[in-house]
Amino acid sequence: MAGGLSYTIDDLNDLTQAQIYGKVLNELGRKRPEIVCLTADLAKSTKVGDFFAEFPERSFNFGIAEQNMMTAAAGMALTGLKPYVSTFGAFAAMRACEQVRTDLCYPKLNVKIVGTHAGLSMGNGGTTHHATEDLGILRTFANMTIVVPADGFETAKAIEASADYDGPMYIRVGRGFEPFVYESIDYDYKIGKAVRMREGKDLTIIACGVCVLAAIEAAEELEAEDGVSAGVINMHTIKPLDKEAILEAAGTKCIVTAEEHNILGGLGGAVAEVIAEAGLGIKFKRLGVPDVFSVIGYPEDLYAHYKIDMAGIYDGVRELLGMEKIERDDH
Amino acid sequence: MDEKRKKELERVAAIVRGEVIGMSHRAKSAHLGSCLSCVDILTALYWEAPGMDPGDASDPERDRFIFSKGHAAMALYAVLAERGFFQKEKLASFGEPGSGLAEHPLPGGVPGVELATGSLGHGLPVGLGMAMYAKIAGFDFKVFVLMSDGECNEGSVWEAALTAPANRADNLTVIVDFNKWQATGRSCEITSLAPLADKWRAFGWSVVEVDGHDIAALSDALKSAGGTGKPLAIIADTIKGKGVSFMEDDNNWHYRIPNAAEVEAARRELGLP
Repeated sequence: MAGGLSYTIDDLNDLTQAQIYGKVLNELGRKRPEIVCLTADLAKSTKVGDFFAEFPERSFNFGIAEQNMMTAAAGMALTGLKPYVSTFGAFAAMRACEQVRTDLCYPKLNVKIVGTHAGLSMGNGGTTHHATEDLGILRTFANMTIVVPADGFETAKAIEASADYDGPMYIRVGRGFEPFVYESIDYDYKIGKAVRMREGKDLTIIACGVCVLAAIEAAEELEAEDGVSAGVINMHTIKPLDKEAILEAAGTKCIVTAEEHNILGGLGGAVAEVIAEAGLGIKFKRLGVPDVFSVIGYPEDLYAHYKIDMAGIYDGVRELLGMEKIERDDH
Repeated sequence: MDEKRKKELERVAAIVRGEVIGMSHRAKSAHLGSCLSCVDILTALYWEAPGMDPGDASDPERDRFIFSKGHAAMALYAVLAERGFFQKEKLASFGEPGSGLAEHPLPGGVPGVELATGSLGHGLPVGLGMAMYAKIAGFDFKVFVLMSDGECNEGSVWEAALTAPANRADNLTVIVDFNKWQATGRSCEITSLAPLADKWRAFGWSVVEVDGHDIAALSDALKSAGGTGKPLAIIADTIKGKGVSFMEDDNNWHYRIPNAAEVEAARRELGLP
């Protein structure tokens, strides 16, 4: 049991990230009458249908009109409600971009945005629906908090923590078929505090979202195949960034970042800023979408294509360490 | 409204116009024409609509006013000061660095300002959210939003216009300051804005068309808000630059700053010392 909520690990095991969001939101809704749920005709896709069923008087479908929804959420927050706004990450960060900045972040309102289907998780759904710019855009908004849970358990943790967290927040989740990183919800989760997943002395991989599991697997492969000792950090909060964790990781003299995002502006960019400002001339490499519009394909294939799956991270680390390149057919 | 009250409020509006013209001159701040077209609307709202008392500024059940046409902030500040939301002396700080009286309103810049406005098309959606909150919370407060006609270019206005009737937000009133101009031309030529009242009707709103400089008619329209099952759109027929003959319906005063002689001439016309 986490924080007095009634779901168990068994309940969550069979659920997708987005479904877990829906389940936890219902739990919160029962305890907190000020929580309302807003969506732009995506209640089913964003898994808040259960909230709509249980709390119809606190559920609002604004139609396919994200700008109006985002600003109406500001109006609700100004009067005392705690809106959870659900839409695809691409539309939250881009279609309603200025509304998020001016109406939510500027007055620091308690609105939580859950951007689902973020990153490349829309796969064949199309590049219009991919969100590989959301972290970079939203990171530049003062007062904003950005979290990228690594799996369903962490999504539950993030949603739960968000209820008492002051100010606007963007919670970035995938489409929901991502494998689990954690074995249980029994770990310390604090917004803004990175989680050390694996110790390593030769380098550190800093990852978020789906890349956390891939990074752990790559680190295991590096140790088994090459005798390289790679640490892994789950940087689940992109903002405020855990700078101490980055500076500690820099002690390994070599950092690789991995994210389901353009290499510009997101996790990699944020980590680079910290390293550069600290005057640390260490080996550094960003893995992610290399400043191109992403192609379409199954998410797993896209992760391989952009080298943020296990093999891609493994290869990226070897390249940074100056090791011989491995030829692969599947990239 | 009796004649005495009407004269009294017309005098208030003239004083407000004088303040606005002085602020524009001192701070070299634009949008004077946009300010002058909405002064009578603001006067009717703050002196006639119930629930706009400065004493209630922090009451959770207070009526809300969203000044969506934030570029005309000078008019809002002058009205709020005249109505007693803050000391009139504070108007002298308008446009100065660090002042709470910014050219576009700041969140909490002065009492009576609910949020930052100036990026157009935000006021109606935020008012809608507040109106929906009142419905959920069981409060019977009303929400008023003042927009410009040029602002109706923004898509988010029509997103909210579509959504409000579906949510039976009859506690929401939008007033459109229909002064027929926007920054660079006629508002009905730049976009197909006309027939404006019919558009709101077609979207499911109750619509009242009024002379936007007749404070008594504006007062009646504002008091008719609520309880009809539909949100209300008040289309206020106004003149940009209203109150000063050489500014009326002349769009140069969207950006022009009056010089000292023009300030003096304007004040004379307004019957101000």
